[in-house]
Amino acid sequence: MNARPFLAILVLLATLLPAAAPAQGFAGLGSEARGFALPEQRPLNFPADHGAHPDFRIEWWYLTAVLTGADGADYGAQWTLFRTALRPEAPGPQAQGWDSPQLWMGHAAVTSATDHLAAERLARGGVGQAGVTATPFAAWIDDWTMTSEAQPGTDGLSALRVSASDGAFGYSLRLTAEGPLVAQGEAGYSVKSAQGQASHYYSQPFYRVEGTLRLPQGEVAVTGQAWLDREWSSQPLGADQTGWDWFSLNFDDGARLMGFRLRDGGAGFTSATWIAPDGTPTTLPPGALRVTPLATTRVAGREVPVDWRLELPERGVDLRLAPLNPRAWMEVSVPYWEGPIRFSGSHSGRGYLEMTGYE
Amino acid sequence: MRVAFGALLSHWRRHPLQLATLLLGLALATALWSGVQAINAEARASYDRAAGALTGGGLDRIVRGDGGSLTTDDFVALRRAGWPVSPLVEGRLAGSDLQLIGIEPLTLPREAALGPKGNGAALPDFLTPEGRLLVHPETAARLADTDLPPRIVDASLQPGTAVTDIALAARLLGMGRQITALILAPDAPPGDPGQVVPGLERRAASSGDLARLTDSFHLNLTAFGLLAFVVGLFIVHAAIGLAFEQRRPMLRTLRALGVSARALTALLLVEVVGLSLLAGVLGLALGYLVAAMLLPDVAATLRGLYGADVPGTLSLRPIWWLSGLGIAVAGALLAAGQGLWQAARLPLLALAQPRAWARASAARQRAMAVAGAALMAAAGVLVLTGGGLWAGFGVLATLLLGAALMLPAALAGLAALASRVFPGGAVSDWFWADTRQQLPGLSLALMALLLALAANIGVGTMVSSFRSTFTGWLDQRLASELYLTLRNEEEEASVSAWLAQRTEAILPIADAEVVLGGRPGEVYGVADHPTYRQNWPMLTALPSAWDDVAAGRGILANEQFFRSADLALGSQVALPGGALPVVGVYSDYGNPRPQVLIGTAAFEQRFPDVPVVRFGLRVDPTRAEALKADLQATFGLPASAMVDQSAIKALSLEIFERTFAVTAALNVLTLGVAAIAILSSLLTLAGLRLPQLAPLWAMGLTRRRLAGMELLRLLVLAALTWVLAVPLGLALAWVLLAVVNVEAFGWRLPMHVFPADWLRLGALAVLAAGLAALFPALRLARIAPTRLLKVFADER
Repeated sequence: MNARPFLAILVLLATLLPAAAPAQGFAGLGSEARGFALPEQRPLNFPADHGAHPDFRIEWWYLTAVLTGADGADYGAQWTLFRTALRPEAPGPQAQGWDSPQLWMGHAAVTSATDHLAAERLARGGVGQAGVTATPFAAWIDDWTMTSEAQPGTDGLSALRVSASDGAFGYSLRLTAEGPLVAQGEAGYSVKSAQGQASHYYSQPFYRVEGTLRLPQGEVAVTGQAWLDREWSSQPLGADQTGWDWFSLNFDDGARLMGFRLRDGGAGFTSATWIAPDGTPTTLPPGALRVTPLATTRVAGREVPVDWRLELPERGVDLRLAPLNPRAWMEVSVPYWEGPIRFSGSHSGRGYLEMTGYE
Repeated sequence: MRVAFGALLSHWRRHPLQLATLLLGLALATALWSGVQAINAEARASYDRAAGALTGGGLDRIVRGDGGSLTTDDFVALRRAGWPVSPLVEGRLAGSDLQLIGIEPLTLPREAALGPKGNGAALPDFLTPEGRLLVHPETAARLADTDLPPRIVDASLQPGTAVTDIALAARLLGMGRQITALILAPDAPPGDPGQVVPGLERRAASSGDLARLTDSFHLNLTAFGLLAFVVGLFIVHAAIGLAFEQRRPMLRTLRALGVSARALTALLLVEVVGLSLLAGVLGLALGYLVAAMLLPDVAATLRGLYGADVPGTLSLRPIWWLSGLGIAVAGALLAAGQGLWQAARLPLLALAQPRAWARASAARQRAMAVAGAALMAAAGVLVLTGGGLWAGFGVLATLLLGAALMLPAALAGLAALASRVFPGGAVSDWFWADTRQQLPGLSLALMALLLALAANIGVGTMVSSFRSTFTGWLDQRLASELYLTLRNEEEEASVSAWLAQRTEAILPIADAEVVLGGRPGEVYGVADHPTYRQNWPMLTALPSAWDDVAAGRGILANEQFFRSADLALGSQVALPGGALPVVGVYSDYGNPRPQVLIGTAAFEQRFPDVPVVRFGLRVDPTRAEALKADLQATFGLPASAMVDQSAIKALSLEIFERTFAVTAALNVLTLGVAAIAILSSLLTLAGLRLPQLAPLWAMGLTRRRLAGMELLRLLVLAALTWVLAVPLGLALAWVLLAVVNVEAFGWRLPMHVFPADWLRLGALAVLAAGLAALFPALRLARIAPTRLLKVFADER
């Protein structure tokens, strides 16, 4: 009766887990990126790259915020907009109106130690229900928005207003960048496998946040830090890669660390970027980051590793990560785990953990 | 204890016919009641399904208040303001009779029950530029050789429609950015879409409107079910009463042997419950059969009303089983109450002398008559003073019960009268006197017959009145041969020009939503044309009514509004642009909402933004079909945009015929139950009658003659009961039409009487009574003379 499960397959294939092998033959959605633009080594170009890249198959605007309430409690918030092209965009009017091949998916969530509230919105492109414009910067799906409040002459992402709401929860946050945009990988070209799959990838990890969360218990004023990831590609994963574990860490001393492990049948592929407090990124070689799951928790019928050890020997980093709420499961079309964490060990701080592909 | 129980049960072994009557009576009563319940439950469940199966039928919609069309901009503006709306594009595919429904699967609410399902490949294919059409298997077969997009078969869809992605539908229909409808997810918060896009309004789901018509249908069924059950209880009462009577010596013996009164009562109670459970299960099985037999008709009615598929098969609900068994046991206990009471208080040392269990004194008959008269008076008072639906039902109950209680006295009076009117010697005198003597024993069965007959006449009259009123009303109301709804004013301009030479008259019909008497209602602008003046079904009106309407000086109100707002001719009704007086009232069956008519000019002046896109077309009826085809071919109008009068009428009448089929079937079944009640009473009396008949036999009347007189007596009593049932039935019909219908639906139906139906029913009643009396009469005719002689030997 309902379209959602099939949509889930579709989006799953197109965005997050192209390696879900059984479905590779799907209409125009094989693992090949035929007809789509491919990532290449080129400098990032702002503000154009803040906007959508409809020639690429997939793209996202991915914001996570670690927050502290006026009540002293830890919170996390997520605002994400995914874009998927069902097929390469034909030139001319075919790309407009209902015929547009673009599909959009929004996820919003609020996490506390006891609750994890998540919601999803779906839209097709071409009519304006969802979209992203570069100047002035605005990303939206339905009434969920991420809008630039930057002063003229400054980068569009330097100040943002982000809001989303669903029946049970909502939030409105004001974000101010306190550091520069950070190019991931080689000047924004991020390699995703030993075979050379890659994406365009940059971040703004230095947001200061103020705002309000609406929870079932009532409203709570919050402050904290946020991290925006921008990534687009046409074929981000190798055929044998089944999912990833992705970490964004804010060290108490002001440094940042982005790291991920792409899982495959063997040792997996890890990559990391060390970001100094002044925003200078250092791309670490594959394998420099070691991640080890320590304990799993059973959530939504799956065993998900929520406690981790992270080691980056060349920087003297050896961390233990623990989630604010181990049940931060996103029960959406493409289910995954996404929630705030705290870490201790050689260093301490807060961050976000995302885990996909746990069946 | 065991032995005592065995002794009690041995009675049934020796009287299998009595046991059969008891079980059959209770089973039939349960069957009719539970059968009707099953039908009602199934039908109600179907309404929900049927409403949901339409295009977002059960969901609220967002529309433009001025009737204009919506665009993707409206959709996006609402979504971006947080409204969970989803767009639909609908239309007839040019050059075919395929109705296309374009959905937007990403925002489509789950509850809309449309869209791809089943195999996992459906949605991605659905969204390819080539697209897919979801169609009913029939439609798929019909489209086999066309170059339309690939089809996916889905049996839950309406034949003749194809569901597809909105992009493909908009392309095939040339809709561009236009949207046919915006449906609202059920979890949408309340609010005013006009604050997002000025001019937009929220319109409540309208699927419930037609369901109201069927309410009266369900009312009929329930009333029949209840009556049948009550009649069935009379049978059970007779059978159990007889069993107690005949077992009186046995009970006394058991008591004398040391079984306590309490234990004996408990045993009897166990017996009654056991028997009623047995009969209940039997009754449920029968009830299932009854329901399964009648349901296809009900389903056909629903299909006609909704155009939606309703399964013709029953799904069994546990609550149905339990309530059926429960009512069987409760009914049996009620019927056995008197017997149990007597058994519990049986005097141990009293003579074990059989006496007619139900024989009542003349005093008791009088008391019943007085109580009955009091109840009838109460019914009269309720009619005059009561208000509301429950008062209506109260009137029905007091009327029926009162009449039943008065029946024995009335029959006795008639018998006494008859003996004076037909003086015919000793035998004749005896016949009438004995008839009166017999009445107490037969009165319960005759009451059952009276109720069955009265209900038949009453409900039959109501339904037939409804049918004749409704058909007449349809003829008047649907005066135009073809009704046309266009999509916008541009289309209107070209179509009107085209139609001008091809029709006798084009009657514009404009409508707007307004608040009437505090309720959401509708106002229609109608042209000044003889079509209306001659045909519109007016109940009451000023002589100048149509002139006033045409000149914008007055309005016509529908009956529901007229009654609910307590208006009179001349009452002012507030409308946008100033109040107007009511100059006439028309009947408007099937519409639960208040409605008024005003003249076209006044309408345009008061609602300048409402485009006129609906028309009644007057053409030669024989040309209607051709014109419809022409319109479709020339302008690509969807078939839903054109409704021809004959189609509506045929459909409506078919629905009503179906309804009558069910009513007729229940009529026969109720009468059947009454006949069994008579049979069971006669069997009860047969043994007790011998002491009264033996002297006549001894005086020279042959057994044959005696049997003939017994048979004749029953026929006379049945005929007299029928005579009394006619006025009662008419009173019942009047209450249903003038009280219950007005309260339940807001309109009063004129009563039409159908004497031929009464005669047929009378013949049927006499026949049923005759059949019931035949077996006891035959037994009497063939009784061994020794048994008659024995009467004298036994005489004390």
